[in-house]
Amino acid sequence: MTVSLVVVSHSEKIADGAAELAAQMAPDVSIVAAGGTTDGRIGTSLEKVMAALEQAAGPDGVVILTDLGSAVMTAESALEFAGEPDGVVLADAPLVEGLVAAAVAAQGGADVHAVKRAAEAVYGSATGVPPSSSISAVEEGSVTGAGPEFTGDFELINQAGMHARPAAKIAGGLSSLDARVTVNGLDGTSMTALMTLAAGKGSVLHVEAWGVDAERAVNYVGGLVQAGFGEP
Amino acid sequence: MVLDANWAVKWLTLCAQAMAENRVWLIELDRAIGDSDHGENMDRGFQAVLDKLAEVPPETPGAALKLTAMTLISKVGGAAGPLYGTAFLRAAASLGDTVEVEPAAFAGALLAARDGIVARGKAEPGDKTMVDAWTPAAEAAVAAAADGAGSVLEVLVAAAEAAEAGAAATDPMVARKGRASYLGERSAGHRDPGAASSALILRAAVGAAA
Repeated sequence: MTVSLVVVSHSEKIADGAAELAAQMAPDVSIVAAGGTTDGRIGTSLEKVMAALEQAAGPDGVVILTDLGSAVMTAESALEFAGEPDGVVLADAPLVEGLVAAAVAAQGGADVHAVKRAAEAVYGSATGVPPSSSISAVEEGSVTGAGPEFTGDFELINQAGMHARPAAKIAGGLSSLDARVTVNGLDGTSMTALMTLAAGKGSVLHVEAWGVDAERAVNYVGGLVQAGFGEP
Repeated sequence: MVLDANWAVKWLTLCAQAMAENRVWLIELDRAIGDSDHGENMDRGFQAVLDKLAEVPPETPGAALKLTAMTLISKVGGAAGPLYGTAFLRAAASLGDTVEVEPAAFAGALLAARDGIVARGKAEPGDKTMVDAWTPAAEAAVAAAADGAGSVLEVLVAAAEAAEAGAAATDPMVARKGRASYLGERSAGHRDPGAASSALILRAAVGAAA
């Protein structure tokens, strides 16, 4: 089982399309679309959202992604009607990018909070600044602070370099580890951040990791890169 | 006059009538500063409420309002759906299983409704939203009920008049929430459609008790 996802959009086509796109990268994750009104118009429907939440409900929890304003309100209302169920959370993220990042994290076995964070990390990557950058600055500047616990430099050997699938593999795996990981300074659990690196064949990924699983995290990225992500 | 389930059903029936009668006016208000679907959405939403009420006649005012909440969020579609839905849901929770609503309890339900709208929409008074109708309405109802002398009808009238004044006061405001906020200064000079429909709803509550 993995965390399930619910997609709430004003448009049925957007919800279905976004779910279809994300499912490509996350074949084992249940992604339920709740787009449009019950009579096929543009809008959001409490009935549809509640039915989607019921369908998605599972032991590992549910993360809800939404589009514009009233989709958020409808999703919040659905949670209120359902009595604020445990393990069901709303992610504040752009719908498509957030959904793909969340799906990848869920596929990698991340828990409900990590999946929500993966979706929301997309905002940070939009400006090229990782959400955790301020934390690392504090650590480096303080007397007792330490640098990363483990680091590694790995050269990309696959023809296509860093693109969606490798980024999904790295972000998905890292989000299930108990470690804070940066790749060339960006959040390693954010698929979209990794894609903004635009790193081609021959580029070097500099990985820094903190936390219990820091060593595993660096080895994980290294293993993937050195295997060329299973690509030519 | 007692505020029982019959009153609640009559109130909601008059709401549906008011939305049908003012459908075009609300559409025009919303066309000026929004996406022109408010009149249509409210009319459709309250017609659906009437169908539900006929299907499952409620036994208490709270049950009637809860049914309304569920139906409006499902059928309205736009932002008004979850906002009104939350308002009616919080009002229903505030009334609980009460069979006959006292003036102070009605005022309390309006406050709960206002708080629900604020919590859901994150708007404040002066943002040119339905909050500008509900806040003065709830406060006027609380004041009228606190007088002790205030009869049920007086509390309902106080709320309706304050809501109407509040809605009219949105005319010169510059919108800071919702789609109208994209228009900035150009939103001034138009009444907020949500505040207008809120005033219609609270006026209908008077009609049902008269």
